[in-house]
Amino acid sequence: MGLLTELKDSVSRVTDRLFTDAEPKRIGIYGPPNAGKTTLANRIARDWTGDAIGTESHVPHETRRARRKEDVEIERNGKSVSIDIVDTPGVTTKVDYEEFTDEMEEEDAIRRSREATEGVAEAMHWLREDVDGVIYVLDSAKDPITQVNTMLIGIVESRDLPVLIFANKIDLDESSVKRIEDAFPQHKTVPLSAKEGENMDEVYDNIAEYFG
Amino acid sequence: MPKATNADDLDGPDGVQIDLISGERMDRMATTEKIRMILDGVHDGNIVILEEGLTPDEESKLIEMTMAEISPDGFNGIEIETYPKSETRDSSLLGRIMGSNESTAKLTVIGPANQIETLHKDETLISALVSRN
Repeated sequence: MGLLTELKDSVSRVTDRLFTDAEPKRIGIYGPPNAGKTTLANRIARDWTGDAIGTESHVPHETRRARRKEDVEIERNGKSVSIDIVDTPGVTTKVDYEEFTDEMEEEDAIRRSREATEGVAEAMHWLREDVDGVIYVLDSAKDPITQVNTMLIGIVESRDLPVLIFANKIDLDESSVKRIEDAFPQHKTVPLSAKEGENMDEVYDNIAEYFG
Repeated sequence: MPKATNADDLDGPDGVQIDLISGERMDRMATTEKIRMILDGVHDGNIVILEEGLTPDEESKLIEMTMAEISPDGFNGIEIETYPKSETRDSSLLGRIMGSNESTAKLTVIGPANQIETLHKDETLISALVSRN
């Protein structure tokens, strides 16, 4: 199947799913640890409701429970869409408490790693059972071609969920949006910096188009 | 059905056991059985190679069950690599590496996270370093 056809199919799957009722749809924010998921969730929540969702941190697995902000109403081009944002822990296949021991005491590191594993399991369960669409956040300064990203995108595709890929951290010198576009050409990639609030208009236009 | 013998049960040189599991054998198993077999093998320090891989739903459950079994100073998860079999000649090189084609038939290598490290992956080769803990 050609790239254009795949992209067209992807868009038509989204438009086929255009919501006919007024129920807000649950949009899961997924991605690897430290991609900026909570920063993005907070940015969206603050821009449209005035409240944040969770704590942002440079330490991996700061988010250890899926957190939801309900009824986030986004107005774009005279149209209003209502979504529930679900900020999820970064997905991984391994968690080693020693990763955290530089930042905290051993006991806290062990507790954090336990909570992280529970959080990742919960995020996977949500993905199979309880989200209507996915925002997949990647750090554009890092290589997107990882097994976890491949598996997660594959899982989302297999569930036929609308998905937007957000190439975050474009404020960093080593950022490369093209690397992400090339890695996942079958999906729309939107560049942004959630931290700096860069390109948020395009972010909201796409959220409204894909999930509205 | 014959059961794989663990290397610890064998007399002989110390090494890493590799279990190559055919698609036919996997086809006869339910999802939970497959995941249990994989995780049991990895817990024993084995490298598990699946001829046909897992479906996305099974991969999701594998991650979920792996997380449930991680413990401090014990099992800290899995390393996994897949190598999709090409079904169509027109799929892009990157798409084949990334496994973005529709087929679930993909050679899959799974091992303990603290013993296996992927060194290199491209269209025709996965190189991994396996250590014996």
